[in-house]
Amino acid sequence: MSHTSTLHDVPHHHANPTGWRRWLFSTNHKDIGTLYLLFALAMLFMGGASAMLIRAELFQPGIQLLDPDLYNNLVTNHALLMIFGSVMPAAAGLANWMIPLMIGAPDMALPRMNNLSFWILPAAGTMLILSFVVPFFPGGGSQINTGWTLYPPLSIQVGMSMDFLIFAIHLLGISSVLASINIIVTLLNMRAPGMTLMKMPIFCWTWLVTAFLLILVVPVLAGGVTMLLFDRHFGTSFFDAAGGGDPVLFQHLFWFFGHPEVYVLLLPSIGVLSHVIPTFARKPLFGYKSMVGAMIAVGTIGMVVWAHHQYTIGMSLGAVSYFMIGTIIISIPVGLMIFNFIATMWRGAMSFETPMLFAVAIILMFTFGGLSGVMLAVVPADMQYHDSMFVVAHFHYVLMPGAVFGLFAGVFYWLPKWTGHMYDERLGKIFFWINVTGFNLTFFPQHFLGLAGMPRRIIDYNVMFTEFNVISSIGAMIFGFSHLLLLYIVIKTIRGGEPAPSRVWEGARGLEWEVASPPPFHTWETPPPIRQEQSA
Amino acid sequence: MSSTEQQTAYFIPEPSPWPIVGMVSLLTTLIGAALTMNGVAVGRYIVIGGLLLFAYLLFGWFRDVIAENLADRYNRQVDRSFRMGMFWFIASEVFFFLAFFGALFYIRNVALPWLGGDGYLGATREILYSQFNPAWPSHGPGALGGTFTPMGAWGIPALNTLLLLSSGATITWAHWGLKQDDQKTLVRGLMATIALGLLFVVFQAYEYFHAYGALNLTLESGVYGSTFYMLTGFHGFHVTMGAIMLMAILGRSLKGHFSAHNHFAFEAVAWYWHFVDVVWLGLFIFVYWF
Amino acid sequence: MCRRFTTVSGLIPLITGLVAGLSVTHSTQAEYGINFPPPAADVAQEIYDIHMLTMQIATFLLLVVFSIVIYSLYFHRKSRGYPADQQFHNTWFGNWSWVIVPALVLGVDLTIASNADAVLKKVWDVPKGEKLMDVKVTGHQWWWEFDYLDYGIKVESRYTPQEQAGDLYLREVDNRLVLPTNTKIRFLHTSADVLHAFWVPELAFKKDAIPGYVTETWSELNREGVFRGQCAELCGTWHSRMPLVVESISEEKFQAWVADQQAIKVAAAAEAAATKTWSREELMAKGKTLYETKCAACHQLTGQGLPPAFPPLNGSAIVNGPIEAHFNLVINGKPGTAMQAWGSLNDLEIAAIITYERNAWDNRTGDTVQPTDVALAR
Ligand code: HEA
Ligand code: HEA
Ligand code: HEC
Ligand code: CUA
Ligand SMILES: [Cu+2]
Repeated sequence: MSHTSTLHDVPHHHANPTGWRRWLFSTNHKDIGTLYLLFALAMLFMGGASAMLIRAELFQPGIQLLDPDLYNNLVTNHALLMIFGSVMPAAAGLANWMIPLMIGAPDMALPRMNNLSFWILPAAGTMLILSFVVPFFPGGGSQINTGWTLYPPLSIQVGMSMDFLIFAIHLLGISSVLASINIIVTLLNMRAPGMTLMKMPIFCWTWLVTAFLLILVVPVLAGGVTMLLFDRHFGTSFFDAAGGGDPVLFQHLFWFFGHPEVYVLLLPSIGVLSHVIPTFARKPLFGYKSMVGAMIAVGTIGMVVWAHHQYTIGMSLGAVSYFMIGTIIISIPVGLMIFNFIATMWRGAMSFETPMLFAVAIILMFTFGGLSGVMLAVVPADMQYHDSMFVVAHFHYVLMPGAVFGLFAGVFYWLPKWTGHMYDERLGKIFFWINVTGFNLTFFPQHFLGLAGMPRRIIDYNVMFTEFNVISSIGAMIFGFSHLLLLYIVIKTIRGGEPAPSRVWEGARGLEWEVASPPPFHTWETPPPIRQEQSA
Repeated sequence: MSSTEQQTAYFIPEPSPWPIVGMVSLLTTLIGAALTMNGVAVGRYIVIGGLLLFAYLLFGWFRDVIAENLADRYNRQVDRSFRMGMFWFIASEVFFFLAFFGALFYIRNVALPWLGGDGYLGATREILYSQFNPAWPSHGPGALGGTFTPMGAWGIPALNTLLLLSSGATITWAHWGLKQDDQKTLVRGLMATIALGLLFVVFQAYEYFHAYGALNLTLESGVYGSTFYMLTGFHGFHVTMGAIMLMAILGRSLKGHFSAHNHFAFEAVAWYWHFVDVVWLGLFIFVYWF
Repeated sequence: MCRRFTTVSGLIPLITGLVAGLSVTHSTQAEYGINFPPPAADVAQEIYDIHMLTMQIATFLLLVVFSIVIYSLYFHRKSRGYPADQQFHNTWFGNWSWVIVPALVLGVDLTIASNADAVLKKVWDVPKGEKLMDVKVTGHQWWWEFDYLDYGIKVESRYTPQEQAGDLYLREVDNRLVLPTNTKIRFLHTSADVLHAFWVPELAFKKDAIPGYVTETWSELNREGVFRGQCAELCGTWHSRMPLVVESISEEKFQAWVADQQAIKVAAAAEAAATKTWSREELMAKGKTLYETKCAACHQLTGQGLPPAFPPLNGSAIVNGPIEAHFNLVINGKPGTAMQAWGSLNDLEIAAIITYERNAWDNRTGDTVQPTDVALAR
């Protein structure tokens, strides 16, 4: 632990802050990381609760629990809470915690702004929740029934809660742009001497690409919803054909953001896997360079294929062919990543602790979801799939393994480092098995529903779709409640447990394993020396 | 310059209340705005409260940063972080404008031809609007907002282009002065830049006035009005912000805060000003000229 | 240890799920759909084939990935004492896999893309220079309007309520889209309010209906039958209640159907044009039917509406107030809300609906509105 000792005691480090000030006024990357993660967990439960209501309603044909507007309000809220409230903040939390530790920096480059980008999130969360509840007050207008894509003209019909939602999106955008700036600057400017970019741990690379994507696409979404706001209240006609505008314009703006966004969700988890798999296979990551190249390629190609969400709007033959081929080509870099993971496991000496179990499940199930993505990319066939439950199945198969399970793997992998306690391995494994079973039970049948003709975003369906919906709903309940076990494991680990050594896992490599578990409040106040094998 | 010791040690600020203030101010402003737009009268006061808090936040935050800077607590690395941060912030702003330029290009090259029947799907005009002429400037088949005269490029806009371009030159001049430790040139250059910027805003305001009155060109004038006002409006807003930032920098220059080697704040504002300049060139070409 | 949990936690929910799924529902005759229904047009067949092709390629790739991973999971584990090969990434394979793998994937990608592109060329553009039957399909909140542009016929199609539709609830409509076989049909999609999308799986395409724009698709039915689909773009509250039913019949039967429809249209026009004064009862009866088909989706049979989205008409200030405002609202609608302009209804229909609204439920204005009043108000 010699690196952590402060050789030059910097005068302004008074006693470590305590009490509520420590959390509210924090400039410490570890505390802010913790805040991000807790916020994400809370949002996961809220988004999950709406998912449970959605599945409960779809359990049987007919309208039992909700009314149609409330159903779509929940669908909208579910997607936004999960994507913006849960997955993105959780990934940002991991970044905050781990990036400075991994690159040997004392903190993020801009610590005060770091705190601002976190604290905007609860404000955005408040706006999001307001947008959900405002209609239940007198004079609150109608509910948001547009889905998370907010397509006009439907979103122009909605009452004032839409304005709350638009502002929530502005806030979320500000938060992620600020966080991304911070991460880019940290990675480019704060690496310990000797850590060249090509020695940087892969998790840092994934976040570098992610942060660039966010900076480039989030402002476009902000612009799009700003136009929506003006169309709603100030008489402009961006999305109104009578004035020469076009509702489809909004779709272009939304998906110019939306498609890169899915890689924003995916990449940090790929980063986690790039650490988990080598650790538990006890051999270095296969193809570090090709991994870096692949994720840059994913980011770049991902920026120019957005219209595959809009094949049905009536584009020219040339345009759809272009978007189809571009989209299919993404399987090359993503395939390379998957291949590298498998090659890392190949001829390794694997053991299967909870993070590794999730990693293996991700490889198998994400590939499944990715392949159904390639099916969707095929334009003529998407004429059938589009806006059916098949799409819902696809994106939960990529979102859940590709993003959420990756974050779970990261949490289990680093929890001992953060808390200084080992989590309960037995409970971890139980959680994994229930979780994965529940997940497949929920979303696998939805492929069949979609192919047989069930559209998405409907509250009520014909009896011919009953069987698979029943299975899906039961799976969802199992899946949902398994997360209570997760909550229990996390709380239990925070409160106590077998003390964790600084190198928690036998096969773990990298700077973060050289500081104590839990790390001291300030780490790396003098840069650590970089040895060859520490990176990659 | 900082001592060798400070160069190896990193700088980490103390816990700060400003982020929380920022969160509260943004939240109140936006809740107030949402209420105001839907005709709830108290909304207005909430917005004002939020904005005041926001101003307080900016003031307090920058005061802390300036104090730390003057106390020589920043080293080269921190300076580099600030620079990179500003650079990527401007990059994100570029993409914000790109959304609006993108909308303009889309409307002119895809939506209007489609409405006019010579897009790839020819039937729209035949089925829905037999009379519509899709030429730009357009207020659509519904002729929203009534007849209007589009804004010409060679009156005020050309003058404004000249103003902004020369302000780009004056700020470079000021920077050059700063690098020579020539206080006088710095202050003169800044003053000239601010004057040019404000003049620009005044002309722009007059142009809007003229457009609303004599030309009947309003926000409601179909897509032409929408894109015209949104693009020029957001740009004008950025110019105003830039001018305020320039004034703050001028104040700090007068107090002698900047030296030839330590003047990140000045450069950040200068970059911002150049960015606003470049956006204007785009506007002039695509909104006014073609 | 892992194994034990697979069996325990994996199988129980699976079994419960299946048992519950089969026993809870009583729809014994419901068809299990697990794939597209059999295509009813050549275009659809092409699409079906490309779907099967990509699905097979995907399944094959999935099997490859699964087998390699499972092999490795079994053999390359620490508990079996397998020593990690620390130099694997430095072998010939390790150095060149970044070229080999993308090249292989590119090969598969190009196979998929070239096949798909070939299909696309056949199905995407409406054939030029051929005689096509034009059907304009307009999406409304929440019903479909079909205009047979060549015959001057118009069909309004709304969902059938559960009591009448039974097991076909949400798959059945009052008036079907009747189409002839062996005729090239051009569909012109548009919308009166928000986005909708036309989707009948047997015809195998889906196209958005965009207000103010027209999009096109085409098809040629190759067999008779009844094909069911649904609106596939979220269009607000009753998005789930926009079924589409295509009835495909031979050309002869279709001509007969056209003749019938034209006759009905002529009769209705004559009735509306008749210069007679209608009695309150006649108007109320007509108005009730019209109200229940056209307005009740939002304002409900009871006139209570579904606040806050849809205002009640029972006790509404407009319905009980000056009649000019009522005329204006119904004829011109209210832009920016779901209340559309109903001006395309004829004078008699509007008169009947307004009379009904002003006297139904607790509304007691006592007004009787004549078609001539409507003509004046337009
Ligand atoms: C983490 C999120 C995530 C990820 C990673 C992806 C990845 C991909 N997605 Fe997905 N997608 C979503 C989230 C995501 N998607 C969401 C949320 C929606 C719906 C939004 C909404 O409408 O609400 C959506 C919708 C969506 C559509 C629109 C469907 C429609 O509405 O009609 C399409 C169409 O092209 C698509 C395609 C793809 C493709 C080609 C990939 C590729 O990146 C996948 C690449 C991966 C593989 C291919 C597998 C591994 C590769 C190999 C094993 C090599 C061999 C493979 C081949 C040779 C093919 N997605
Ligand atoms: C990262 C993103 C993410 C995640 C994690 C999820 C998670 C889940 N999603 Fe979601 N989903 C989306 C993103 C996501 N979804 C998006 C983008 C859409 C499209 C929206 C649109 O159409 O606009 C969508 C739509 C969508 C639909 C389609 C609705 C429709 O089209 O009609 C369905 C239906 O089954 C569904 C189900 C689920 C379920 C069962 C889960 C489960 O994984 C949830 C598991 C549960 C938890 C994780 C929390 C545990 C909570 C409890 C145990 C409850 C107890 C509660 C308390 C104690 C308070 N989702
Ligand atoms: C797609 C849904 C929908 C349908 C169908 C519909 N309406 Fe409406 N209607 C609305 C909405 C929404 C409003 C509220 C508009 C507003 O915001 O003022 C409304 C308002 C009204 C009002 C004014 C009520 C008041 O007190 O403000 C009348 C009268 C009315 N509709 C009559 C009709 C008639 C007659 C029909 C059928 C021919 C009809 N509506 C069909 C959605 C609908
Ligand atoms: Cu019409 Cu959905
Ligand atoms: Cu996409």
